[in-house]
Amino acid sequence: MNAALLIDASYFIAAFLFIYGLKRMSSPLTARSGIVVAGAGMVLAVLASFLYTLDVNDTAKPFLSTNLTLAIIALALGLGWAWRSGKKVAMTEMPQMVALYNGMGGGAAAAIAAIELIGYKTHSSVSLTLAVLGGVIGAVSLSGSLIAWAKLDGRINKTLRFSGLQAVNGSLLLLLLAIGAYIVWHGGVVAIPVFALFFVLALVYGVMMTMPIGGADMPVVISLYNAFTGLAVGFEGYVLNNPALMIAGMVVGSAGSLLTLLMAKAMNRSVANVLFSNFGAAGDEEQGEMEGSQKPVDAGDAGINMRYATKVIIAPGYGLAVAQAQHKLYELVKLLQDADVEVKFAIHPVAGRMPGHMNVLLAEAGVPYDIIYDMEDINNEFKEADVAIVIGANDTVNPAARSNKSSPIYGMPILNVDQAKQVYVVKRGQGKGYSGVENALFYADNTQMVYGDAQKVMVSMIQAIKSLGGGH
Amino acid sequence: MEYTTTILTGFVALYIFMLAAFTGFEIIGRVPAILHTPLMSGSNFIHGIVVVGALWALLNAASLPEQIIGFIGVLLGAGNAAGGYVVTERMLQMFKPSGKSTKE
Repeated sequence: MNAALLIDASYFIAAFLFIYGLKRMSSPLTARSGIVVAGAGMVLAVLASFLYTLDVNDTAKPFLSTNLTLAIIALALGLGWAWRSGKKVAMTEMPQMVALYNGMGGGAAAAIAAIELIGYKTHSSVSLTLAVLGGVIGAVSLSGSLIAWAKLDGRINKTLRFSGLQAVNGSLLLLLLAIGAYIVWHGGVVAIPVFALFFVLALVYGVMMTMPIGGADMPVVISLYNAFTGLAVGFEGYVLNNPALMIAGMVVGSAGSLLTLLMAKAMNRSVANVLFSNFGAAGDEEQGEMEGSQKPVDAGDAGINMRYATKVIIAPGYGLAVAQAQHKLYELVKLLQDADVEVKFAIHPVAGRMPGHMNVLLAEAGVPYDIIYDMEDINNEFKEADVAIVIGANDTVNPAARSNKSSPIYGMPILNVDQAKQVYVVKRGQGKGYSGVENALFYADNTQMVYGDAQKVMVSMIQAIKSLGGGH
Repeated sequence: MEYTTTILTGFVALYIFMLAAFTGFEIIGRVPAILHTPLMSGSNFIHGIVVVGALWALLNAASLPEQIIGFIGVLLGAGNAAGGYVVTERMLQMFKPSGKSTKE
């Protein structure tokens, strides 16, 4: 049997399994089998790749046994480390792990470009152009994702901003493109230090591009870098004449781009605005004094009030997950449901740290997905709700986004919690939200504040309701 | 019968890129928001296929710098694929409708 035929056939099957797997992942009913299907494709493709050993370039023949050993060690190390870290990571920290794995993929694409270039293995100008482009995009994705990971993980807290930053970044990008063009122009035959400079500058650019972006915008950035890595992989696939890389990379590149646009749209901002506007800086400026005062209420009283309500809508935010209160919240929900209260969850598109992150966190606590509603499906129901309870959310429920033109979040669609008859806001203290914007909801007449750790608040509410006895 | 690998150049490559791009667009376009995070993670896993390209590059390395970069490439690519798979699988495990809830 011909090795090349086997390899090509395996890649064909793998590409099919990837697309079919992604398709299955796009519906909640079949999603779980989707990843398994795609995983089978990956295993097949990796195993088939070892057939390359039968047919390597003549120059590489003397190195083959060393290279094969290196390949097995690298595979084992990468797989072992990622498998362990992926199993261990808490659901709340999922976004930064996705960023980290994504950056690794970008780095691998850049590594392929580097080998092709420094080995002078690529000659046609189309291949060279794509190798260079894939190299830049991959390297930017690597360093940018690492910064995104560090920011979400709390390892970097400051946002780097200085006047002229965009000018510096702009010139850096132009310089990168100029060096890339120089490499292509010379048919890839340039001195090694030029390649080195090229990749170092690309890495620096990724850092400089990501540092000024605030933590609240990281989901969009991670999604963008996910698309970047896909593109880079697709381009390097062309250079290596590997259709599996071309197809998988381009599918992810376009799917990731669309996802990025959807996320930016959910925040009512453009992707360019996220990348270049220094959002969040406005939080330091004057926003006008809030009228009225924040009215505190006891957690138990709020719980009992919910027990006698007909309809309760819950608007959870990332603060809920930080306090690890999802499980207690679901316990409370079940108590309310037993007392014939209609309970629904309202999820803002950017609740959590990624779109859909809140759904994952609630799913982890066992909340069935059919009582969880997207913003557009439930926003009209708030006015019929007796109680809306906001737990650990802030900017996504701030009515200033509707009315106050000077607010930095003006125009962002929000959950209409303020239209409920009674609003409870569970919050640790009197601080501002992730974006640093003051929240008018907290001062509204129908709002009462339940101060305290979300988990403890849930426990108090549960106890208060239980102390009433089983009243059906 | 001798089999030779198809060389994908010029417009054939362009067709592949175009069709793949539409495929990605169509798959994500009709997805409910609750699956955005798992799907982002799932697509993150799929570009882990880059490990295959890195493997080829490493196996064909003919100098020390190429071996070092190739080693790093395979290491990173394997991490992307394995990590992407594990976190996606863990997330998707959790999605259950009311009726099928395993608890209670």
